[in-house]
Amino acid sequence: MDPLARYDPLVDDPAAFHAACDRPLPSVVRVNGLASTPARVRRAFEEAGVGYEPVCWHDGLFRLADDVSPGNTWPFVHGWVYGQEEVSAVPALALDPEPGERVFDPCAAPGSKTTQVAALMDDRGLVVANDNDLGRLSALRANAERCGVTNVAVTRSDARNFSLSPVGGERFDRALVDVPCSCEGTVRKNPDALEDWSLDHVEGIAGVQTAILGRALEVTRAGGTVVYATCTFAPEENEAVLQHALEEYDCHVVDFELALKHAPGVTKWKGETYDDAVRQAKRIYPHHNDTGGFFCAKLEVAA
Amino acid sequence: MTDDGLDGDGQGRDGAAARDAGDGGTDAPTNDGQRFDRLPATAADRVVDGRATRREVVDWWVDRFGLEAATFDSHTFWEKGAGKVWAFAGEVDSPAGVEGLGMTFLRTRQEHWKPTTNAVQRFGRAATRNVVVLEEADATAFLAGETVEPGWDGDWGYLVAAHDVAGGVEPIGVGLYVHDELRSRMPKGRRREP
Repeated sequence: MDPLARYDPLVDDPAAFHAACDRPLPSVVRVNGLASTPARVRRAFEEAGVGYEPVCWHDGLFRLADDVSPGNTWPFVHGWVYGQEEVSAVPALALDPEPGERVFDPCAAPGSKTTQVAALMDDRGLVVANDNDLGRLSALRANAERCGVTNVAVTRSDARNFSLSPVGGERFDRALVDVPCSCEGTVRKNPDALEDWSLDHVEGIAGVQTAILGRALEVTRAGGTVVYATCTFAPEENEAVLQHALEEYDCHVVDFELALKHAPGVTKWKGETYDDAVRQAKRIYPHHNDTGGFFCAKLEVAA
Repeated sequence: MTDDGLDGDGQGRDGAAARDAGDGGTDAPTNDGQRFDRLPATAADRVVDGRATRREVVDWWVDRFGLEAATFDSHTFWEKGAGKVWAFAGEVDSPAGVEGLGMTFLRTRQEHWKPTTNAVQRFGRAATRNVVVLEEADATAFLAGETVEPGWDGDWGYLVAAHDVAGGVEPIGVGLYVHDELRSRMPKGRRREP
C-alpha cells in the first residue's frame, strides 16, 4: 500500500496529490546573492544555451530544462547558483535573518539553506552551521566556500546536545531547524524515498525532531525566532512536534508570508488534537505548485 | 590601524601564545594544525614561529592583485593546518572545537603564497593586476584542469584566471604562470567540462 494514502483525508484533492507525487521534479537553482544577480544568471544561461524558466513566486529561483546538468554550467562554477529544490527555499525566507545577527543552523549539511541564510545576511554576522556527520560536513564546507560565504562557523555535534561554548556562549537571534525526517515530500526526486517507510520510523524520528527543536529553542534568545521545517507530510513529525514545543517551552507559533499556494497546519490527526496555533504552520503539497512537499512553521521565543 | 581592533587585546591577538604557555612547555610555541589560532596583527606580535601576520596577508593581496586593503577590514584571519589561512567575517573569542571558520583563503609557510580557488572567486573580482582574461576555449580548458597558453607578458607566478561571462570579467580560479604557459590549479573536485 502507498504510505501517502494515509494523508488523503488531509489534502483537498487526493487524486491530484498522488498524480503530482508520481511525476519527476525539475532541477531548480537558487541565485546566490553574494556572487551574482538573477539578471546576470539569466544572461549567462542564455549565452550558454541553457534552458530555464523563472518561478512565479521568487525572482531568484529558476527551473532548468530536463537536459541540463546544473553543476556543469558557468553560473554553478562561479558560485552564482546553488541547486536547491524550490520549496526548500521557504524556511530561510520565513527565518528572515538580518545582517549582523547570530543564526543557528543545527542540521546544516549539505548547506542549501545555510548558504541562503548567509546570503540573506549579506555574509555579515555569524551562522553556526552544525551537523553530526563528518562526510556531510565536508560537503557543507565545500558548498559554503563555493558560494563565497565567510560568516559561517562549522561545528560537529549531535544537534540534540548542541553546546554554545565553542561559539562564544551567547544565545542566537534566530535558528533554522531543518530536521532529518521521513522525507515523504521528496518522493518526486527520489522515488525510493518511501521504500522503507514505517510508522515506527516516523515515530522514532519524531522523537529526534522534538529534541532538536527543543535544544534550538533553548539556545535562542528571548524574543528570537525559530523556524521549524521538514520535507514530509506526517503530522507526527510536524504539528505533533510543534505541539510538544508549545507545551514544554515558553514560545508561540507566528504567521509568516508565503506566496506559494499552501494549506494550514492540521489540528486533528489519528485521535490526537493539536493547539489551534499550529494552523499558522504551512503545508505545501506537490500538487499545489508542482513542487516537492514541505512543512514550515515559524516560532517566537517569549520575550 | 588597518586592523580589526585587535591591538591591545592580547587574548585574540595570537591565541596560541597563552594556551601554549599554559601547557608548561619549555620550547617556543609551535603551530597546532588541529586548532584555529588567530594571526598576529604584525610581526612584532608574532609568537608562533613562521606564522603569517595579518598585515602580511593583507599586503600580499594588495601587492599581488591590487585589492584595496580595506577589502578585509571586517574579516579576521586564522591559521589551522600548516600554513592554511582562513578568512572569517567576524569575531569569535575561542573557536575551540570548531571544524571550519569562514573559508580557506591562502596557503602560507611556503616560498610563494598561493590563494585558494574560492578566495580568488570571492575576492578576485576586484583585482586590478595579475588577472589573465582567457578566451572562451582556453577558459573551458582551464576549468577542466588543462594547461593553456594565453600569451601573457606580465608577472610569473600565481595569477587570477578569469573570463568574460554575462557582461563582465569573472574569476575562474588560480593559474600558475611559468615558462610561457598557464597551469590550471583548479582542484580536482571543482574541475568541470561545461
